This record gives sequence, C-alpha cells and structure tokens, in this order.
Amino acid sequence: MFNYTFHWYQAFRALPQMLHGALVTLEVAMLSMVLGVAFAVLLAVARMSGNRVARGLATTWVEVARNTPALFQIYMAHFGLGAFGIHLSPFTALLAGITFNNAGYLSETFRGALNAIPPTQARAARSLGMGPVRAFWSVVMPQMFRISFPPMTNQMVWAILMTSLGITVGLATDLAGVTQGLNVKTFRTFEFFAMAAVLYYLIAKTVMLSARLLAWRLFRY
Amino acid sequence: MFHTALSLSDLLFLLKGASVTVAVTVVAVLFGTALGLAFGIIKAQFGWLATVPLTFVLDVLRSVPLLIQLILANAFQSIAGLGLSPFLVACVVLSLYTSAYCAEIVRGGIEAVPAVTRRAARSLGMTWRQDMTNVTLPMALRVALPGWIGLALGVMKDSALVLWLGIIELLRSSQILVTRLQEPLFILLVVGAIYFLMSYPIARLGGRLERRWREND
Repeated sequence: MFNYTFHWYQAFRALPQMLHGALVTLEVAMLSMVLGVAFAVLLAVARMSGNRVARGLATTWVEVARNTPALFQIYMAHFGLGAFGIHLSPFTALLAGITFNNAGYLSETFRGALNAIPPTQARAARSLGMGPVRAFWSVVMPQMFRISFPPMTNQMVWAILMTSLGITVGLATDLAGVTQGLNVKTFRTFEFFAMAAVLYYLIAKTVMLSARLLAWRLFRY
Repeated sequence: MFHTALSLSDLLFLLKGASVTVAVTVVAVLFGTALGLAFGIIKAQFGWLATVPLTFVLDVLRSVPLLIQLILANAFQSIAGLGLSPFLVACVVLSLYTSAYCAEIVRGGIEAVPAVTRRAARSLGMTWRQDMTNVTLPMALRVALPGWIGLALGVMKDSALVLWLGIIELLRSSQILVTRLQEPLFILLVVGAIYFLMSYPIARLGGRLERRWREND
C-alpha cells in the first residue's frame, strides 16, 4: 500500500523559511484584527444610530460579510475591484478581505456587548459632564471590549486560519504561501504541509494562551 | 446601458456549481453532525482526563486551516494509494471539520441541562439511554440548535475551499466563467448573490429561533 518514502529532512531544512512565513501570517492577522476592530466599532455604532443611511450601509456590510465565504470576499478584493481600476497586490487583497470579514463578525459581537451594558452607564457619564463621544470612548467602549474579549480571541484565531487563503490569490510570503512555493519546487506536498499544519496549530495555541494571560492581567478588578 | 456576455447557459453552469456546493455541504453536515453528536456526548459524559486524546484531535481540527487540512488529506490519499476521488476526500475532511465544531456545540448543550434534572430522571428509574433520549437531548437541542444552524452555514461557506482540490463548485465555476468572459466583477457579484440567497434566509431563521427560545427561559 505504501510505496512512498517520507523526506522529513527537507521539511526541517525549510523550517527557517517557514518560520519567516509564519511571521508574515501573524502580521496579516494582527493588522486585519486592528483594522477590523476599528471598522467593527464604527459599524456597531452605525447600526444602532438613528441615521437610516448609515444603518443601511452598516447592515449591508455586516450581512454580506457574514453570509458569503471569506474566500469570495478575498476574490472580490483581488479580482472584482479591478473593474474600478483598483488593482490590489495579493497581500493587500488578502488583508482587505479578512478585514472586511473580521469587521462584519466583530460588529455583531460588539453590538451584543453594547446591548449588555446598562444604559445608565452612558447616562451617568453624560451627567458627569462628558460629551457623547467622550462618554462612549472612556466609559462604554472599555466595558464593551471587556465583555467581547473571548469572542475577539476566537476571531483572532479565525483571522490566522483565514490568512492561509492567501495562496488562492497568489500570495507567496505567508506561511501557506511559502509552503506552497516549497511544494511546487520539490513535490513533497505531505511533508511540507504537515509542517505548516504543526506551525499553524502552535501559532493558534500561542495566541489563545497569550490572550488568556492578557485577559487575566487586564480584566482583574 | 449595462451589457453583459453572461448567457443563460452560463448561469445554469453557475447553478450547477452551486449544487455541488450544496451536495458537499449536506454530506459534510450529515456525517459531521452524527460524529459530532457522538464526540459531544463522550466529552460531556467522561472526565477531561479520559477524553484528552479526543479533545486534542478535535482541537487540531479546529486550529489548523481547513485549506491545509484538505491539501494534507489529498496528499495523504495519493501517498497511500487509496485512489479516492477529490469529492470524497473533500467530504471526509469537511465531515471531520464539522464534527469538531459540532462536538463543542453538543457538549455545551448537554452541559446546559441542569444536573438535578438529569438526576431526577435517573431517580425516576430511567436508564442512562432513556435519560439521554427523552430528557437531556431534547433540552440540549434548544440550546444547541441556533449554534448548529450557524455551523451548517459556516460549513457551506467554508466548502468554497474545496476548489483547491479541483472540484468545480460555485466559486470555481465562477472563475472558469471569468477566464472566458473577462467580467470578474459582475460574475463575482452574481456568485455572491447566490451564496447570500443560500445563507441569509437560514441565518435569519436561526436568529429568530434563538431569540424566541431565549424569551421562554
């Protein structure tokens, strides 16, 4: 049945290259999370605002992000935007796609968290003389992040997993892209991708663990 | 005036791709749910020490990108000379992937049933199996169903990744059309609309169920 010799040594020799790719993966994931959180806060506020245009736009964004595949969103950024003369590099397209996706999912998380914060908090802040922006920024938003921290951690792991879709638009520098590059040179598909799988697992676990430590440090009273 | 070269038969080609997407999803969700139910019950029933191996495997399935899992499984089946079709490989991988998430949903549902309820059922003389089928699982279902609907839709969207194995599903068929017609934006919009129409009504239904059942608690 097995007529195949595994060449693990090759995969180990490529480890430094792949670790370098892992850094790019982390970079994309983190950037997409930072941008995604920023957009998600705006979307969550827009969806709860009285302005109908803002609400409609935000709802469209969120529903499209949540009801179409992430890969479709990345394709849209890479191939679709060309019709408007916007030609994104694979890196930017991947970042744009994941950010769009993250923002959609996170804004729903944030909306739930905002609903869980008692409205008296904002009113108390306003009655202390804070403006509406100040009250949201310094009183409501910190509580929102505290409530939605575990789902945000999950979203971060999702973002890391989604970066592997970069190979479908030709990104060659992230972990999956580097692995694919090695694969087409050597045809040792199983060895290289097994190594990549281990690295992805370790990255995801490290992120989860550090998030737990961070939450323990940040959110104790 | 808007003009497109997309003909009716091209649209049918896209719908054929959509049917492949649906087929992969249905198979994966069916087998994944069956497996996930078993894993979830095992995880809820036995202590964490006894389920360390199972937990680890399920954890790996959730922490490794699906695309990498598909590539690995496909490479493995050609190494082992199993001669499986890409469709079958995709179904197996997606089923296992689904089961990993489903196990967590099932476990959460079972653990949401108060222990006293289960003890009461047992002290009425019910066997473990009767307690499971008549008391615990029906109560767990209310907690788990919204999450399960979300999972099924997630698998539908993630099934787009099987295009890497050469399966012509919805997204891949759109790429074939783009190569021929050179209208990426319009064709992708059509594909997005198809995905959206498949996902959105069910997502709304899930959201409604979740709200309605929460009110009764």
